[in-house]
Amino acid sequence: MGAGIGAGLVAVGAGMGIGRIGGSAAEAIARQPEASGKIQGAVILTAAFIEGVALFGVVVCLLIALA
Amino acid sequence: MSFTGTKFFKSLFAGLAIVAATTVPVWASEGAAGKEEKFEPGHLILHHVVDAHDWHFATIGGHHYTLYLPVIVYKPGQGLEVFSSSHLHHHAEGATAEAASHASAHTEHGETDAVDNGHSLAGKIVHNGYYLDENDKLQRTDEATFYDFSITKNVASMFISVALLFIVFFSIAGAYKKRGVGRPSGLQSMLEPIIVFVRDEIAKPNIGPKHERYLPYLLTVFFFIWFNNLLGLLPGGANLTGNIAVTLTLAVLTFLITTFSGNKAYWQHVFNTPGVPWWLKFPVPLMPAVEFIGLFTKPVSLMIRLFANITAGHIIILSLLSLIFIFESYAVGIVSSIFVVAMTFMELLVALIQAYVFTLLTSMYFGGAVADHDHDHAHDHDHAQEYEHEFGQVEAAKASTGV
Repeated sequence: MGAGIGAGLVAVGAGMGIGRIGGSAAEAIARQPEASGKIQGAVILTAAFIEGVALFGVVVCLLIALA
Repeated sequence: MSFTGTKFFKSLFAGLAIVAATTVPVWASEGAAGKEEKFEPGHLILHHVVDAHDWHFATIGGHHYTLYLPVIVYKPGQGLEVFSSSHLHHHAEGATAEAASHASAHTEHGETDAVDNGHSLAGKIVHNGYYLDENDKLQRTDEATFYDFSITKNVASMFISVALLFIVFFSIAGAYKKRGVGRPSGLQSMLEPIIVFVRDEIAKPNIGPKHERYLPYLLTVFFFIWFNNLLGLLPGGANLTGNIAVTLTLAVLTFLITTFSGNKAYWQHVFNTPGVPWWLKFPVPLMPAVEFIGLFTKPVSLMIRLFANITAGHIIILSLLSLIFIFESYAVGIVSSIFVVAMTFMELLVALIQAYVFTLLTSMYFGGAVADHDHDHAHDHDHAQEYEHEFGQVEAAKASTGV
């Protein structure tokens, strides 16, 4: 139960984070299409950070579920 | 364009068909092997994600295709002992008979009886006093201390990847020695852009003029993680970069190199951070404490990020496959197979991204350790100069064109 709620919260947090990145990136590319290469690099990196944090949460949830 | 497009998609689907044909039956047959018992997805997933003393590739038609790896144990006072892990496993046919013969041989030797230790060794095969517990971990019946140096599945997989890396990179190095820098060919032309990417996009901007000293380590880490991530995605592959001991070792290496290459400015930043109000440092050393903890949380986050990403990827793929055996319906089978293919492509991307992120963060930490002076001020200064330079050029251009 706790693991399930935790996994849900993790998904909400990661979704908000990656949504913000995606939105800002789309805006930035619309403003400055010539910088899209650099923006994409930053997007992938930041998304990887958020994914990493989300996966910390997932690992904790898994430990709860398996223990 | 459209022709190459259709060709690309044709070859993509051919590739997918091969992947599907090789991957899905392997897992499917594993699920079917335990058809008398209830299908336990948790057990199956855990079995695939953790390390093991044998390398199980497939079960086809009731026959196990398994590579039994050597068990190497060192017990103080008894010395080194090497035997095959097949002695510790049930075999496909006549498992109970074998277990019985092992058990009788075991008691004939007059070693400790299992019941004496309060252990339930029912169904376990004991060899020389060693047995495998539920999590495939080696245990001693008499609970004596011993050190397990076995060539496990992960170790074997690492040997394969190391051999692969040696072959690939020695051949590339030889090609550079023979032909020099200029016109790469074969493997060289495939990997040169990636090597140059690590140098120009990861090392140079983050470390600065001293980046060449750290390039060997950065390139090794990048290709080690990337190759092992990809090998882990092969059907039957080991989950090496999803093993926390492996990622711990990589993170410790990064930590050691960062610590030993830290210059005066780096340690001053840690213990006497410039530009911070004195009351954060003097009566209670709040800032130094935070910075000091930060030294350790950086490599810990490197360790957990790689471990969690790769393990979670494997778990997601296996969970989607397990859905087929939970619901036992064709519709779910088709849908989750499509999801599995999509996730596998996603994992191919993640394999590269995680290698990139690990290398990038490592080079950022190195850059922090070797930076000569205050980073931010230097950057501001550079930008100001650049701006003035450009502005000057624009003014000059305006003047020359008479605008």
